[in-house]
Amino acid sequence: MPDGKLTLITGRSLKQGTGLNKGKDSSEYREAVTTVEMNGGDMTRLGLCDGDLVKIKTSHGEATVQCRRAELPEGMAFIAYGPLSSCLIGAETHASGMPDSKGLEVEMERIS
Amino acid sequence: MQIDHVVCAFCGCVCDDLTVTLEDGRVTGVKQACALGRAWLLGHSAEADQPPALIDGQPASLEEAVEVAAQILSQARYPLIYGLSSTYCEAQRQAVALADLLGATIDCCTSVCHGPSGIAMQVVGEPTCTLGEVKNRADLLIYWGSNPAESHPLHFARYAVTPKGLFIPRGRKDRTVVLVDVRPTASARAADIFLQIKPGRDFECLWALRALIRGLDLEESAVADTGLTLAQLQDLAGRMKSCRFGVLFVGQGLTQSRGKQMNTAAAFMLVRDLYAHTKFAVIPMRGHGNVTGIDNVLSWQTGYPFGVNFSRGYPRFNPGEFTAVDVLGRGEADAALIVASDPVATLPRVAARRLAQIPTVALDTHGSETTKVARVVITTAPAGISAEGTIYRMDNVPLRLRKFLPSPYPSDEEVLGRIVERVTQLRARN
Ligand code: SF4
Repeated sequence: MPDGKLTLITGRSLKQGTGLNKGKDSSEYREAVTTVEMNGGDMTRLGLCDGDLVKIKTSHGEATVQCRRAELPEGMAFIAYGPLSSCLIGAETHASGMPDSKGLEVEMERIS
Repeated sequence: MQIDHVVCAFCGCVCDDLTVTLEDGRVTGVKQACALGRAWLLGHSAEADQPPALIDGQPASLEEAVEVAAQILSQARYPLIYGLSSTYCEAQRQAVALADLLGATIDCCTSVCHGPSGIAMQVVGEPTCTLGEVKNRADLLIYWGSNPAESHPLHFARYAVTPKGLFIPRGRKDRTVVLVDVRPTASARAADIFLQIKPGRDFECLWALRALIRGLDLEESAVADTGLTLAQLQDLAGRMKSCRFGVLFVGQGLTQSRGKQMNTAAAFMLVRDLYAHTKFAVIPMRGHGNVTGIDNVLSWQTGYPFGVNFSRGYPRFNPGEFTAVDVLGRGEADAALIVASDPVATLPRVAARRLAQIPTVALDTHGSETTKVARVVITTAPAGISAEGTIYRMDNVPLRLRKFLPSPYPSDEEVLGRIVERVTQLRARN
């Protein structure tokens, strides 16, 4: 796998759900939807530590988020549904109505 | 004051045994709820400080906002009505009436959560059961691409994994729980068996299981690159055939990954095949509180569960053509009415951006990314707290939401009813 290329899964998380109810301007919601989780090996390979800012790019857009080590398979990243994950997803639904929200090819780049 | 048997309308579990404490007209305590339900009840009972409506960002009266909303919608050539997953069926019914009146496209959050399950249901049929049957009978539970520990936190304890049932006298000990996912989620801790598949390989795994259940011999190479070995799939197929009552819960891991409706159709076919051996059922893990309700209301009124267009005077269904992401992403919709949903935060950016470019009317209980860009915002009372009506649990069981806290704001049903009334007058005049 070339450097920085990962498979991104977007999904629900408990923090995103509770933060949502505290308000979309609450710090809990903001933190939940602006953090990307990654495998420890990938983080080391990309020279990343917990809390570092990374730019995630897809062919549809980009987002700057914090990264955090989590129990994930190598080559995979996870971000909770929210305004930033939406920036990375295209509007093509292949006649299903459903955009490709999981299994996105992304490029990650350290920015701090 | 204490109120018992409160129904939580936040997620598809629709837990109906919560106890709520009220002090000074606010919810101050919640018992029997999960963290999500608690946050929902506490968060939604505290807001009474918003203006009844906003027009172009300026406070306005409800009457003024209904008038502008009705003008926007009736002047549009291709209006879109979207959302509706977090309101109750009586309000949803008004939204369908409005779509019919306007010749609009009406779509709900289903298209971006379990639309592919709806398509599978149309193609294969839905061999399903209620959560009551799961609790009382299911000895094999398979979660595929679903993470209930975070999305439906009380699902395991109330309906599926731990409760004792009529034919499951020892509860957890009498059940086998399997989790299939691309990552070890928080739900993996509740499972006896965790099968980690590769992203985008759901269809291949489901199809291999179908072959094994039909007694076909597969070679290891047939399942190469799925993340699972043939032995793991053979073991699962064996458990599926030999259980007394199995249930396959499908989540967005299937509907949002490569294959989408092919994945869910494969899952539904697999369950149908299992009828040759035992009793099996499939249940989509529906997310938002009443997203199952809008599917039911739309199906009952138009014949279709989401993505319905009325421009020819009769309902037409076509995912990819009449679904919100497509209608907005292609820049077709020229006005929108968003009810109880926040598509600006959740839809792909191109689609979300369109909502900021066209006149959008938003009905919501609180501020959101969508209310920030909407031309007209109307504050409504939260369903299940300050508005009563019907809600459908994820297994299609209807329950009654109660109103236990007064609200200065009207219900979604009332506001939509007023818009319907005003649009009817405007159309009669033209
Ligand atoms: S599991 Fe769902 S319905 Fe039950 S209390 Fe939690 S959020 Fe509410």
